[in-house]
Amino acid sequence: MARKDESCEEDGCLCASGDLLFLACAGGSNVGQISNQAAVELAKEGKGRLFCLAGIGAHIDSMILPAKERKLVAIDGCPVQCTKKILDHAGLPVALSVVITDLDIEKTPKLEVDAADCGRVVDKIKECLRA
Amino acid sequence: MVKIEVLGTGCAKCKSLAKNVEKAVAESGVDAEVVKVESLSEIMNRGVMMTPALFIDGEAVAVGRAPSVAEIKGMLKR
Repeated sequence: MARKDESCEEDGCLCASGDLLFLACAGGSNVGQISNQAAVELAKEGKGRLFCLAGIGAHIDSMILPAKERKLVAIDGCPVQCTKKILDHAGLPVALSVVITDLDIEKTPKLEVDAADCGRVVDKIKECLRA
Repeated sequence: MVKIEVLGTGCAKCKSLAKNVEKAVAESGVDAEVVKVESLSEIMNRGVMMTPALFIDGEAVAVGRAPSVAEIKGMLKR
């Protein structure tokens, strides 16, 4: 498992650090968009890195290789769980799976991200990571 | 001739990988061209979201870590 690298402080460096990758379905609904926004906020807070689910789905080797060596957090908007299924298809184990509709956030076709809902998702993921 | 590409913007980890590659090539006697790719946009356009990365003949063999000299020699034998 990769360890956190404290040695690199260069701006914009892609130097691998941390064990955790966030992958979001980013689907065409409010909860899909919340999944992406929650992953962005968690990454900006330094909880882990936002990673490309599309790259995994496309079986891009340069995406699959680092994902194999890290803990993966699947953030799905709804019970269809596209993120988790894509990771399963790629043979990548999921350390934590979160489904946003399980948090009593209703799925709608609207694409606006409700900040309060997004905050609840972020808090839930942080709570799961602490456990 | 084997084409070996070391992708990284030039931080300590990337330099460490480049050194390991040079040593592995020298020790294994493989006829290789070693290319350093340091442009962030080029690295990302290659689908690399974590560095350092190592490509051999266009194929990603390590991403987000710096393999040891021994491991690189093993990769060159394949």
